[in-house]
Amino acid sequence: MGGLAHIPILSTVIFFPLVGVLFLLLIDKENESVIKGTALVFSIIEFAISLPLIVAFNSNTADLQFVERVPWIKGLGIQYFLGIDGISLLLVMLTTFLSVLCILSSWSAIKVHVKEYMISMLFLETGMLGALISLDLVLFYIFWELMLIPMYLLIGVWGGPRRIYAAVKFFLYTMVGSVLMMVAILALYFLYYKATGVYTFDVTKLYQLNLPVPAQMWLFAAFALSFAIKVPMFPFHTWLPDAHTEAPTAGSVILAGVLLKMGTYGFIRFCVPLFPSAAHRFTPLIMTLAVIGIIYGALVAMMQKDVKKLVAYSSVSHLGFVMLGMFALNMQSVEGSLYQMLNHGISTGALFLIVGMIYERRHTRLIVDFGGLSKQLPIFATFFMIATLSSIGLPGTNGFVGEFLILMGTFKSSRIFAIFAATGVVLGAAYMLWMFQRVMFGKLDKDENKVLKDLNFREIITLVPIVIMVFWMGIYPKFFLGKMEKSVSHLLTQVNKKVAARDTLDNRTKKLADNLWKTKEITVNRVN
Amino acid sequence: MTSYIWLIPFFPMVGFLINASIGVKFKRSWIHIVASAAVGLAFLCTLLIFVDLLKLEPNARHIENVLFDWIIAGKFKTEIGFLIDPLSVIMALVVTGVSFMIHIYSGGYMHGDPGWRRFFIYLNLFVFSMTLLILGNNFLLMFVGWEGVGLCSYLLIGFWFEKDSAANAGKKAFVVNRIGDFGFILGIFLIAATLNSKGIWSLNFSVVFSHAGLFTTATATAVTLLLFVGATGKSAQIPLYVWLPDAMEGPTPVSALIHAATMVTAGVYMIARCNVLFSLAPITLDVVAVIGALTAFFAATMALVNNDFKRILAYSTVSQLGYMFMGVGVGAFGAGIFHLMTHAFFKGLLFLTAGSVMHAMAGDLDIRNMGGLKKFMPATFWCFMMATLAISGIPGFSGFFSKDEILWQSFHRGHLFVWALGTIAAGLTAFYMFRLTFVAFFGKPRMSEERKHHLHESPKVMTYPMMVLAVAAVVGGYVGVPAILGGSNRFEKFFEPIIGGGGHEAVAEVAHVAVHASHSIEFLMMGISVAVGLIGIAVAYLFYIKKPEIPVKLASGMKGLYTLLYNKYFVDEFYNGVFVEGTKKFATFLWQKVDVGIIDATVNGVAGFVEWSGLMIRKLQTGYVQTYAFSILAGGVVVFIYFFWESLF
Repeated sequence: MGGLAHIPILSTVIFFPLVGVLFLLLIDKENESVIKGTALVFSIIEFAISLPLIVAFNSNTADLQFVERVPWIKGLGIQYFLGIDGISLLLVMLTTFLSVLCILSSWSAIKVHVKEYMISMLFLETGMLGALISLDLVLFYIFWELMLIPMYLLIGVWGGPRRIYAAVKFFLYTMVGSVLMMVAILALYFLYYKATGVYTFDVTKLYQLNLPVPAQMWLFAAFALSFAIKVPMFPFHTWLPDAHTEAPTAGSVILAGVLLKMGTYGFIRFCVPLFPSAAHRFTPLIMTLAVIGIIYGALVAMMQKDVKKLVAYSSVSHLGFVMLGMFALNMQSVEGSLYQMLNHGISTGALFLIVGMIYERRHTRLIVDFGGLSKQLPIFATFFMIATLSSIGLPGTNGFVGEFLILMGTFKSSRIFAIFAATGVVLGAAYMLWMFQRVMFGKLDKDENKVLKDLNFREIITLVPIVIMVFWMGIYPKFFLGKMEKSVSHLLTQVNKKVAARDTLDNRTKKLADNLWKTKEITVNRVN
Repeated sequence: MTSYIWLIPFFPMVGFLINASIGVKFKRSWIHIVASAAVGLAFLCTLLIFVDLLKLEPNARHIENVLFDWIIAGKFKTEIGFLIDPLSVIMALVVTGVSFMIHIYSGGYMHGDPGWRRFFIYLNLFVFSMTLLILGNNFLLMFVGWEGVGLCSYLLIGFWFEKDSAANAGKKAFVVNRIGDFGFILGIFLIAATLNSKGIWSLNFSVVFSHAGLFTTATATAVTLLLFVGATGKSAQIPLYVWLPDAMEGPTPVSALIHAATMVTAGVYMIARCNVLFSLAPITLDVVAVIGALTAFFAATMALVNNDFKRILAYSTVSQLGYMFMGVGVGAFGAGIFHLMTHAFFKGLLFLTAGSVMHAMAGDLDIRNMGGLKKFMPATFWCFMMATLAISGIPGFSGFFSKDEILWQSFHRGHLFVWALGTIAAGLTAFYMFRLTFVAFFGKPRMSEERKHHLHESPKVMTYPMMVLAVAAVVGGYVGVPAILGGSNRFEKFFEPIIGGGGHEAVAEVAHVAVHASHSIEFLMMGISVAVGLIGIAVAYLFYIKKPEIPVKLASGMKGLYTLLYNKYFVDEFYNGVFVEGTKKFATFLWQKVDVGIIDATVNGVAGFVEWSGLMIRKLQTGYVQTYAFSILAGGVVVFIYFFWESLF
């Protein structure tokens, strides 16, 4: 890392958007174009600041990199502890990447309270990055909750007609999970103290704790519920279609692209390594729910009348793949799962952007209102087609690499899950192409559609980076897989070691107990 | 030249990129030239590589070029690499050669179409994907090509997307193919899982096949059956053939190239490529042979009564693909590929002539509106005749050699049922092809006077490629003249090195059944198949030239059978009613009843309950001191009783 070691680059990455917020506060409310321009410039600089992370990242180690560690509240063992590894690196990049596109896409879609909107966007970026980079549970929790507020505002203020309902539902649902997680964090904190006599929220220290299985199960359940709501896993997903349909385009892109990944990231960063024995025991349940999610999400998506809702349900299906791969717990499946997180951010992000573009023109998202748009909007059609193909995992696009690795890995460990999950690939093609056909093909028979204008320069600029990523990640995945390789293999080794250690310990105790019981039996016999 | 295999897919890719980007500024003719030149160069490269390959010792004819590592995850590694051997070089020659002709032809056929540039972009993308499929040196790359050609097929079937029927057909093709691909990818997973557990982390063909010994018969059977599911999708076999007839909605050059000559044969190629694995699974081979024979037969019956020029040819393609599967299914992999090649010539040609006829008939495809076209379009007619004679198995024409080889091999290797169905289907083939010939090209013109006035031969840009293919359709069979006709079946010999291997006894056994059978029996069989073909032609002549009232009587006499055939056994209706509508109903149920009715209602119910409890509890906050005092008192009493109770026990 050399010279970079002296610069607190992670803090800069996290807090730079707030500098943007300060600037925005100084600008006059009426001066909308300056506000937009400032926000855009800051998001671009932010992306540029995050680029050295991927360039200087050392792929040959599983160690945390760019670490910053300062005691914060000493008495309670709370630290300001930042660091990234191969698991969080690419998600951080995805966040800074999508944020730029989101601000670009809001250019003409947001007409009221532009200043507040841009402030919320930048605030949200800080929250998300903080949650991804923090390695102290309290710090993580703060950022985790911090994300909620701007997202709540984005949906509640700039959303569609049922925005209040959707925003409250989103907020409360996530809150319920968060509260449980907080309780679990505290429990873990005290358990660690009991075991070592040290108070700490440092995740890397807590990793070393190997709790008895029942304790692991309870804590896992509390964390998992919180993350499962966020993912969202079936059957905790119903807030998602509402939130997505009501949120403004950029809100949906960020929600799908990054916020949902917080759930899956939480699983892989906290649930699995902290409570590996519990993870093993919960695997059948989680994989079952994941497969149900894949098929259920796809089927429900198929019948949706609103394009945005369709994409929202497709997210449930895609995130089912992510969860499936993660809990199959082998190299291929976990790497595939991480890859699929990025893919989903890119392809579903693209789909939401595209739906937003057509909504801005037509003020409807109902499939029946369209038809034959390919004729009128050829450039739009090309982008839409590429996003669709990436979403259904066509080889050569990013989606294929993720799905392939997940399914192949899962097939090795649990065949039947992989077989059922693979039907999702067929269903995915069916619902996406059917939607595409009804929107883009057929006769251009509605007068409102005959006057639509094709994409403008700004919109093309918004979509081109995504298209580049779709093919880059599809054709040369080595670049990305290489970054995560060491961290994933380290994680899996640690998990296996911990599980084995726990099992040996439990077996020994069990034997001891058995012997004890036998002795008792003998005693009882003797008495008789 | 053999270290430049990658150039073959590279040129079409370049053509695609040029036309897709700066092609916007091109004149129409330039787009056509770029696209055709790209494929022409690919063909030239293939030829040069073929020549180089011939110079090598037969056993050294296996060359791989690896470009770069593609997916690496843990120990698993797969690369972007290409393989040239007798099998892939033959395929590549056929694909790039026929594609080149059809690219040229399209310049005439698509003349004036507003989607001109889009058409050639898709077409080049197709050739790229197809060559990737053929030349990929591992299962995953083959799968990439496999899905890629599926995409192009989807885009090109739905090329005239404003027509609902075209958009529907495209979607149907893609989704049905995905069902097949579901099997294919599971097959790949099973191969990977089997080998990974033994410490082999590659999907490279040579690695997999050289470790074929690690597959038990059961695993090999499962793997090959799954792969075959993929083949039934791509190559339109029972039960997944339903998309191909609908695919005729696409422009006719597309039908010729993708849905007759090249893409649909990918399944046959895949089985020939995996012959080592298939040979380990005799059950699968039987399944392949029987499905092939059934498809050959049933598709031929569906072609008997159809009145749509292109759809007759489409059912014929399904039927002929059935023959290829019969060939590979009985273990005669070389014969299957041989028929694949001759079929690419004559069926590609048949579709091009169909396009030429459509051109003249202003898009009308109903053969009842044709008749006497021979006079108006002699070049088209003669090309059509050459192809028809070839497909009907008339001695001397290419189809005769390849079809006869398949039938003979089925008989010889003891698959009598397969042979019998194949032979009957050969008779049906001759009948429906000559029915088409007589109705469309002979007799009195039945079209309107106005249209008759406009009938014309197609321009040279269309007829010349047709003539080239006509020559191939006639002479293409002479590379594989069997020994009993004084040939030495060079095709079979060239092909030999790719069959078998993997050190498995069973493999060698299936692949090289001793070909020592009595010549008299072979002659007899040949005679039977020729006779059956001639009978088919004779019956067609009787029905449609001599006594046209017979088929009308037959149709009314056997109303039930006629309706059944005319409606293609109602299979489409069945699939639609059961699978499509069933899925939609189930999905609607999940959405409205489960998602909204149960899951979300529960969530909102919990929220409602909390709200309700809040409202109730709020009522306690009355603000009256008396109430508060009372509750304090009541609380005190409860606490007192609790402790009192405790002390009692």
